[in-house]
Amino acid sequence: MGYDYKPFAYVAPPGLTAPEPRHRVAIVGAGPIGLAMAIDLAQQGIPSVVLDDNNVVSVGSRAICWSKRTLEIFDRLDVGERMLEKGVTWKVGRNFHGAEEVYSFDLLPEAGHKYPAFINLQQYYVEEYLVDRARAFPDLIDLRFKNKVTGHRDNGDFVVLTVETPDGDYSIEAEYYIACDGAGSPTRTRMGLDFTGQTFQEQFLIADIEMQDSPFGDSDVPERWFWFDPPFHPGKSALLHMQPDNIYRIDLQLDVDADGKAEAAEEKVIPRIKAIVGEKPFKLDWVSVYKFRCIKLDRFVHNRVIFVGDSAHVVSPFGARGGNGGIQDVDNLGWKLAAVLKGNAPEALIETYHEERSHGSAENILNSSRATNFMTPKTPVEALFRAETLRLAHKYSFARRLLNSGRLSQPCSLEGMALQTPGIAPLEPGFAMLDAPLRSAAGGETWLLSEVQGQFTLVGFGEVQMPVVDGLRRIGINQLETADFPHFTTVDGHGTRRYGSERAYLFRPDGHVCATFVAPTAHDVQAAMARALGAQLRQEIAA
Amino acid sequence: MNYSDDKLSPKQDDFYNALMDAHSGLPEAESHALNARLVLLMANQIGDLETLKQLLAAARDYVND
Repeated sequence: MGYDYKPFAYVAPPGLTAPEPRHRVAIVGAGPIGLAMAIDLAQQGIPSVVLDDNNVVSVGSRAICWSKRTLEIFDRLDVGERMLEKGVTWKVGRNFHGAEEVYSFDLLPEAGHKYPAFINLQQYYVEEYLVDRARAFPDLIDLRFKNKVTGHRDNGDFVVLTVETPDGDYSIEAEYYIACDGAGSPTRTRMGLDFTGQTFQEQFLIADIEMQDSPFGDSDVPERWFWFDPPFHPGKSALLHMQPDNIYRIDLQLDVDADGKAEAAEEKVIPRIKAIVGEKPFKLDWVSVYKFRCIKLDRFVHNRVIFVGDSAHVVSPFGARGGNGGIQDVDNLGWKLAAVLKGNAPEALIETYHEERSHGSAENILNSSRATNFMTPKTPVEALFRAETLRLAHKYSFARRLLNSGRLSQPCSLEGMALQTPGIAPLEPGFAMLDAPLRSAAGGETWLLSEVQGQFTLVGFGEVQMPVVDGLRRIGINQLETADFPHFTTVDGHGTRRYGSERAYLFRPDGHVCATFVAPTAHDVQAAMARALGAQLRQEIAA
Repeated sequence: MNYSDDKLSPKQDDFYNALMDAHSGLPEAESHALNARLVLLMANQIGDLETLKQLLAAARDYVND
């Protein structure tokens, strides 16, 4: 069954008839990034208005691979479990050269995590679940479909937006303008911001097909299969993924000078698919021919206008670093913007969103450019090295690891950046938390993830001092229950193996470690938390 | 000596990228000359004749494969 698109209702906005009170946050774009942003802020009590020129979820499956870290963030936004339930879980990738498998990798070889390495789920489902979740905050999230932002002006401490609707134009004001308006961001264009990076000439054909039989053959296990020079598509590359509802994603590299429009035509696509799946019956669900760029904005924060997701950075799709990178942007910005709007942090904290996520985005661009370069040699010598690497890979493990069909999205480390207090520990400051199964004192099962994310939390593993600090949640793991905060024990030792013992970790609301302690005092913990909230940034500005 | 051990990870992509960069913009003939120089420099760095002979045989093994 194909996806049943149900248009969202357009409601005439109040601004058409009378000026609206200034909004705290205007979010432009109701894709996965804009919706996640609104939910993250709402969970912290911050209202927002979300403006989208359209009124349906993503047409076509588009982003399908959601990484473990993304699912952990979606868990905090209360859509993770629903995504996991619907999605196709996978963790193994196989690379083929010709018809022969040369290298496979297991992305989550270890047990003890709530979420798997990856699920595949069509973007339209993700958007549908996010809209449902956003509707749970009728007083905090004002979703406005068919409200197209056509202009904006930054007035210093607020932004004025001009909005076009089926009933005419109106304008609103907002303290912050979050541009989640995608790779072709009209906001970015209006501001004339440079967005010219590496453009790859190669074209790729994406086809989603619906079929009952599995193209994965006898193994029939959802995995990521990548071919260099497959028998069914000689001289090029191919990628196969499984999605829910018996939908399979096929991605085929085309000639540089291929006619994109002709290649997307059914009579051209069908024989290409038949070459892969044979005579098994299938139906075309969605087809697209695309080229891509790898580029990011120089600055993600322009005073009161903040770029999040594809509007700030785009990458090639190999490595699943686009959508997943964008969700990490939301995770990073959400708690900072809320802290600033509540008056708990200096405005300079927002700048650290740029510092931290620009770094993450540069890492994504580096990895995805390298994968693309490997897949699409540009000169005879590059082609020669690639061909010989593939030949060696059948026999030599070092050559197998050189094969690059996309290094899959990993959470980015914020080590050494301004908000983190340096320290040495099994999981060092800057790293995203590692999940672990826990048992509560009452015997209930839970995950470290669920207990830590969402607010500043001090977690003590084993016997370690746990000072009281204003505004800080405390959790004890494998400790004697002598104090009045929640206690847990680790299940199968996963927590202790990942974090060590007799030490405490301070986590930011986005689950990143920002300090570690062996014998913390209230003063030390307070100082580290203040630093994570930008106290030092304030001093630097004052100085 | 086991020349099939992987000694490049986890920096394998950095290496491959640097190798491609070294060839960037060169006409094909100059690229081959660069490769020849590189083999000789690496041979000197390895320095052990037995090892080098094994590597030469391993590479030669693929001819007419």
